[in-house]
Amino acid sequence: MDIPLIEFKNITKRFGSHTVLQNVNLKIYEGQVTTIIGLSGSGKSVLLKHIIGLLQPDEGTILFRGKPLSDMRKAEAASSKHQISYMFQGNALFDSLTVYDNIALPLRETTNLSKTEIDRRVMARIEQTELNEAAHRYPSELSGGMQKRAALARALITDPRIVLFDEPTTGQDPVRKNAILSMIAQYQKKFNFTAVMVSHEIPDVYFISNRILALYDKTIVFQGSPEELANFDHPFNDEVIRSLESLQKELTGLYSRRQFKILHRTQLRSRKADDRYCVMVFDLSDMNGIVPNIGHDRAQETIHLMGLYIDRHFSAIGGFSTRRKAREFVTVLPFADITEAEKMMKEFIEDFRDRGMSEIRERVQKKAHPESCAEFSLRAGIAEGQPDDDIDAIMEVARSQQKEIGRLQCAVKE
Amino acid sequence: MALETKSQNGSGNGPHYSVAKPFALAGQRMISGINVLGSTAIFLATALWKTFRPKQFSKVVHQIYYIGASSTTIIILVSLFTGMVLGLQSYHALIQFGAVGGLGALVSLSLIRELGPVLTAIMITARAGSAIAAEIGIQRISEQIDALQTMRIDPFRYLISPRISASIISFPLLTAVFDFIGIIGGYITSVMLLGLNAGVYSHSILRNVEMKDLTDGFIKSIVFAVIVATVCCYQGYFVHTRKDSKGAKAVGMATTSAVVISCVLILISDYVVTSLLMV
Repeated sequence: MDIPLIEFKNITKRFGSHTVLQNVNLKIYEGQVTTIIGLSGSGKSVLLKHIIGLLQPDEGTILFRGKPLSDMRKAEAASSKHQISYMFQGNALFDSLTVYDNIALPLRETTNLSKTEIDRRVMARIEQTELNEAAHRYPSELSGGMQKRAALARALITDPRIVLFDEPTTGQDPVRKNAILSMIAQYQKKFNFTAVMVSHEIPDVYFISNRILALYDKTIVFQGSPEELANFDHPFNDEVIRSLESLQKELTGLYSRRQFKILHRTQLRSRKADDRYCVMVFDLSDMNGIVPNIGHDRAQETIHLMGLYIDRHFSAIGGFSTRRKAREFVTVLPFADITEAEKMMKEFIEDFRDRGMSEIRERVQKKAHPESCAEFSLRAGIAEGQPDDDIDAIMEVARSQQKEIGRLQCAVKE
Repeated sequence: MALETKSQNGSGNGPHYSVAKPFALAGQRMISGINVLGSTAIFLATALWKTFRPKQFSKVVHQIYYIGASSTTIIILVSLFTGMVLGLQSYHALIQFGAVGGLGALVSLSLIRELGPVLTAIMITARAGSAIAAEIGIQRISEQIDALQTMRIDPFRYLISPRISASIISFPLLTAVFDFIGIIGGYITSVMLLGLNAGVYSHSILRNVEMKDLTDGFIKSIVFAVIVATVCCYQGYFVHTRKDSKGAKAVGMATTSAVVISCVLILISDYVVTSLLMV
């Protein structure tokens, strides 16, 4: 693999007699979204602050593109750190400045750009983060979500190569949390920066992360992909992942990937090897197009409502569902063969067209701008499998069978 | 053996501990006092050095408005009544000795040499100094100062230097306002209310007040400006290092400390500067 962009070698940090980090070793690669997970107070923010230089380690070395920061000349170290931007957990917006001035501050103070150019760049970021109406308001006059977006806009205004996000979704409801994560993922792709995020939002962060770092008992116990974390056999999984996942189920009504896997295994264990069961894969298409129209929050609310609608419908007839990808839901029908599943799908489609579409449209567009327009399609596919078959392979077949089963159309223009 | 070693270090509960404790505490206090003095000096020097960087002018002007211009009303009020009461007391004291002709000189010299610079500094400490400590303290605990560092904005250049520079400019100007209005206050009491001849009052001032009195007063006000601005900024900036409290309480304590330390240092330095100027 390439040389890591940032590497920690045996980093130890103490505050007085209290050791927060002990022999931490980690690697962060360029162009990826890396998420550091762990329980509250486990030292995730402390770790992040070492990257930007707000804290210095007591022991160990931090390498930037393979070169120790301590060996760099002052100008070189400063230039490395200048590529990094930081979004604070509490936002750290200047409460005596408006949103516009907060976002413009780094450009005004650190560049020689003209007033017009600064205005152009700031307004572009304000539009991208949907803060037009809040531009001349003070942070205290904004909702938590808007403050987060303002902090994000300020972090991105200097076009940094690396952005550190310290719990960007703290204090947000499940829909907003996903909206913020989706926004980070969208900007990360758009501006191609390296994102390092500290988060509790399991499993939501898995959807946007390339790599997960697990901080447990003062050190990094896991580095790898979200898929690899599912098979990670360590007390971290019991103590951290499961407690956070239970909370997730409580908040969103959907099972996490791991819970889904366990349910799948348990439900099918009692079945005979030649019994049949079905998997349905639902996908919300054309979502990219609706974000500029109705915004991240409403787009996430649509996905959230869709997931709940699918889960409610199929759990009543013995199925269970999970959110598999950012816009994909999977439902397992453990006691239905393909004929029954097709019948169930037909009923679902009728119900969705009669009731579901109008319910979702009404709830989403009630909160959206009157001129905005939400239009996307729901695709679904079914595949049949046997208890011993690999679920991922069955899902892949279901994906290949997907066809449009419903389209949510613009309500305003009708 | 272990007990003996502890006692020798003065950190245990051995037989010599109670004897050594007061000395150890005094020593600790002295070392920490010297540390604070040293770090304050570095703090001030860094802030002054960073005054002469680009993009500072507008920030200094903004702070002059906040520290100086916004304090004008309170300075006028305090100086007017200080001058009036000084005129009143002096009139009744001097008339007993038939020396009422020297009233103008007494009022003006008291104001220009002492009361003007000292009371102006104390009033600005109460109004703007406390606000400086609280504002910077809140910025510290809400990570706004850390945010400045992550945005490559030097917190000294952005927050501290403009306030110290603005204080150095504002204090002498407000002292001048204090002196002028105070003299008018003395005039109102002695001439308009108690019937002293206006010519006697003004002639006494013109005959006795020298340029040195004015410059000494302004030198004091500049010294006070440096003390007040540095103490208030320092207390706010290092609020997170306080051991007696944390968070909002620490900001409250820092604000109180800023005002108390500034006022005490104003009075101590007033004596020192006056002694030096009289040599």
